[in-house]
Amino acid sequence: MIISNIGFSSLFLGLISSLVVFSCSVANVKKNSLSLSKIIYQFLTTQFFFVIIGFFILLYSFIISDFSNETVYNNSHSTKPIFYKITGLWGNHEGSLLLWLLVLTSFVLFFFIDSKNEPKKFRLYTIIFHQIIVIGFFIFILKTSNPFDTLYPIPQEGLGLNPILQDPALAIHPPILYVGYVGTSIIFASALGAMVTGYVNKFWAKNLKKWILISWTFLTGGILLGSIWAYYELGWGGFWFWDPVENISLMPWLSLTALLHCVSTLEKRDLLKNWSIILSIVTFMLSVTGTFLVRSGILNSVHTFANDPTRGIYILIFLFVLIFISFVIFFIFESKNLENKKEIFFLSKETSVLINNWFMMYFLSVVLIGTVYPIFLDVITSEKISVGPPFYNKLLIPFLIPFFLFMSVGPSMSWIKTNFRFKIAFIYYFLTTFTATILTIYYLSEKDLLLIILIFSLVFLFIKTVTNFFEKNTNYAQNLSHLGFAMLMLSILFNSISSTEIIKNIKVGESFNSKNERITFKKIITEEEKNYSSIIGFFEIKNDENKTIKLNPEIRIYNQPVIATSEAAIKTTFFKDRFITINLIKDEQLFNVRYQNKPFMIWIWISTMVIIFGGTIAIFSKKKNYI
Amino acid sequence: MEELLQFSAKKKITFSFLIFAFLIFCFLILNKALNEDKIYSPKLEKNKNSYLPDFNLPQLFSPDQVLLSEIVKQKDFSLVNIWASWCIPCREENDLLKSLSNINSLQNIGINYKDKKKNSIKFLQDYGNPFNHNLVDYNGTESINLGAYGVPETFLINKNRKILLKIIGPINNNHIKQITKIING
Repeated sequence: MIISNIGFSSLFLGLISSLVVFSCSVANVKKNSLSLSKIIYQFLTTQFFFVIIGFFILLYSFIISDFSNETVYNNSHSTKPIFYKITGLWGNHEGSLLLWLLVLTSFVLFFFIDSKNEPKKFRLYTIIFHQIIVIGFFIFILKTSNPFDTLYPIPQEGLGLNPILQDPALAIHPPILYVGYVGTSIIFASALGAMVTGYVNKFWAKNLKKWILISWTFLTGGILLGSIWAYYELGWGGFWFWDPVENISLMPWLSLTALLHCVSTLEKRDLLKNWSIILSIVTFMLSVTGTFLVRSGILNSVHTFANDPTRGIYILIFLFVLIFISFVIFFIFESKNLENKKEIFFLSKETSVLINNWFMMYFLSVVLIGTVYPIFLDVITSEKISVGPPFYNKLLIPFLIPFFLFMSVGPSMSWIKTNFRFKIAFIYYFLTTFTATILTIYYLSEKDLLLIILIFSLVFLFIKTVTNFFEKNTNYAQNLSHLGFAMLMLSILFNSISSTEIIKNIKVGESFNSKNERITFKKIITEEEKNYSSIIGFFEIKNDENKTIKLNPEIRIYNQPVIATSEAAIKTTFFKDRFITINLIKDEQLFNVRYQNKPFMIWIWISTMVIIFGGTIAIFSKKKNYI
Repeated sequence: MEELLQFSAKKKITFSFLIFAFLIFCFLILNKALNEDKIYSPKLEKNKNSYLPDFNLPQLFSPDQVLLSEIVKQKDFSLVNIWASWCIPCREENDLLKSLSNINSLQNIGINYKDKKKNSIKFLQDYGNPFNHNLVDYNGTESINLGAYGVPETFLINKNRKILLKIIGPINNNHIKQITKIING
C-alpha cells in the first residue's frame, strides 16, 4: 500500500523534473552562453532516476505478489514462476507504458551525454521537443493509466497472466520492441531540432545515423521475437498473419529503413534533406499511431489490454498535436534548410537510394491502407470488412520483382556517377541465376509465371549480394543485412510454396501416412506443473530411411485463469520443420492431430538474425562509411 | 520529388491548408471509431424485434449460391451456426448440434467461417455433419454483417429471420433446453 504510494509520488516528481528540464531549456535558448546550463543535465538525470524508482517499485510489487496493487492483482498470480512474475510487468497496459517511459527518459539522457560536440542550440531544441513527448507520456500515465492504483480490502489472490503471454520469446519481446519504437522519438526530436536551427547537414546526418541504426536493429529484433512467438506459441503454423498489430510494427520499420538509406546520402552528398526530415517525422508518427491503435482498443487482438475510451482519446489528441507541431515547424523552417541544387545522375547511388525510398513508400502505403481502411470504412459506411493476406499478396508481390532487381544493383553503384563498363562477370551472373532458377522451379514444380519471375529476381539478388562480399570496397555490415534480407525472402517464398498439412482424428496407438512418412500416436501421459496441468502426446515419425523422430505435442490446462492452450511440438531440422499440434475432442477417445511439414522455417529466423547482425556491426563499427 | 518538396510561399499555404483539413478529417473519423461499440452484434438488446440480414453465400458441397431467406422458409425454425475447422470449441459443440437435428421443425444452417474448403469438409467427415445446409463465408464478411465477433456463434431464427436467441461462444446443455423451449412454445 505504502510502496504503491511511493511509486506514484516518484512518477509525479518525475513529471515535475521533466517540466523543469523543459522550461530551463526554453529559457536557455535565449541566453548567449556557450555551454548548456547544468540544471538541464541534473534534471534529466533526476527525471530518469524517478522513473527508474517507479519501475523498480512496480517490479518489486510483481515479484512479491503484492495484490494491494491493482495492476499486480489484474495480471499476476502467486503460483506463477518468478520469470513470468517479472515479465508480467509489461504484459499489461499500465506496466508497459511505464516501460515505455523508462526507455523514453533514458534515451533523452543518453542523447544529452552523447551529443556534447554538437551545436548548443540544436541540442537544446532537440531536448525541448523530446521533453514535449516525455511530458505527454507522464501525464498520460498519471492521469489515465496509473500503475500504482491500490485495492482495499487486499485480495488473497491475483487474476493471473494470460497463458498465451507466458512464453520466453514474448517475455522479452516488449522491451526489445520498445527500444526500437521509442528510439524513433529521439530521431523525431532531433529532426525538428535540426530543422529549427538550420542544422540539417552532413554532421547532423552522421550523428543521427547511430540512433537510426539502434532503433532499426532493435525494431527488427522485436518483430523477429513477436514472429517467433506467433509461430511457437500460438501454434497456428505461421509466422506472419498480416494482423493489424503486426502491420503496426512493420510500418515504422519500412520508413526507418528508407530513412537509414536517406541519411547516408545526406551524410555523403548533402542531398535528400527534405526526405530525411519527413521520414524522421513519419517514423515517429507511425510509432505513436501504432501505440494509439493498439492501446485504444480500436483493434481487437492479444495486444489490446484494456478498452478504456479516455485513454484512446488522450493518445489520439496527443498524436495529432505532435503531427500538427511537426507540420508547422516543417513549413516555417523549410526555407532554412534549402536543398542543394546538385544534379543527380541516373546511374548513381543517389538514384538507387531514391528508388528504394519510393518502393518503401509504396509498401508502407499498402500496409497503412490495409490496416486503417477497415476502420475508416466502418465509420463512414458501417460496412465491416477484413483485409487479409490476399490483399497484401496481390499488391506487394508484383512490386517485389523490380524491387529485388534494383536492390541487387543498387549497392554496387558509386556516389555521384557510376561508370558503367560491360564485364564478362555480368554474363556469369545471368547464367548462374538462370540455372539456379530453373533448378528451383523444377524442384518445386512451379508453373505460375509471376512466381517464376519472382524467384528469378530473388535468386539474382541473392547471388549478386553473395558475390559483393568478394569485391573491393564492400561495406560488410550493409552487405550482410542485404544478404540476410535476400535469404529471408527466399526462405519465406520456399516456405509458402511448399508447406504441407494433414489433419486427422486418431486414437492412441493408431497411425497415418503423410507423403513418405508414417506418423504413429504412441501414448499419452498427464503431468501436473506449478500453474497448469498438461496432457502430453507421444508421436513417432518414421521416414523412408527408417529414421525415427519423436515429437511430444502438449495440451496445457492453466489453473489461473482456466484456459486450455495447445502447445505445438516442433522438430526443427536444417531444411524443414515438422510441426504437430493435438487438441482434445470432448467425450471421445479421439485426438485431433494436425501435422505440418514446413520447409526452411529455421532459415526465416536465421536470415532475420543475419539482418540484425549486420545492423549490430554497423552500430559498433568505427569505420565511418558503414553504409 | 525534390522539386515537389521545394515549396513556393503560395503553394505552401494551399498545401498546409489541405494537409490540415485532411488531418482534421482523420481525427474525426478515428475519434468516432473510438466511441463506437467494438462488439459487433445486431442490436438485439436495444430492439427486441431484430432480424438477421439476408445474404447470398456459396455452398460447401455445391457450386451454387443460395439466399438465406430461401432456405429459412423451408422450416419453422432455423439454427444458424458460424463455425470453423480451426476452432476448438466448434468441435465440442458439434455433438449438441447433432442432437438438435432430430427436431422436426428445426433445421441447422452452418456457416463455415474463414476456412479452407479441404479442412472444413474433413471436419464434417470426422465429427459428423450436423447441418442441413452448409454455407461458406470464405473471407468472413457476411459473418461480420450478421454481427458475429468470433466463432462459434449461434442464432436461433424463425421463418422471417427474426432473431429469437443469440448464443455467443459454444452452446451447452442449458442452451439446448432454451432452444427446445422456444421451439415447443
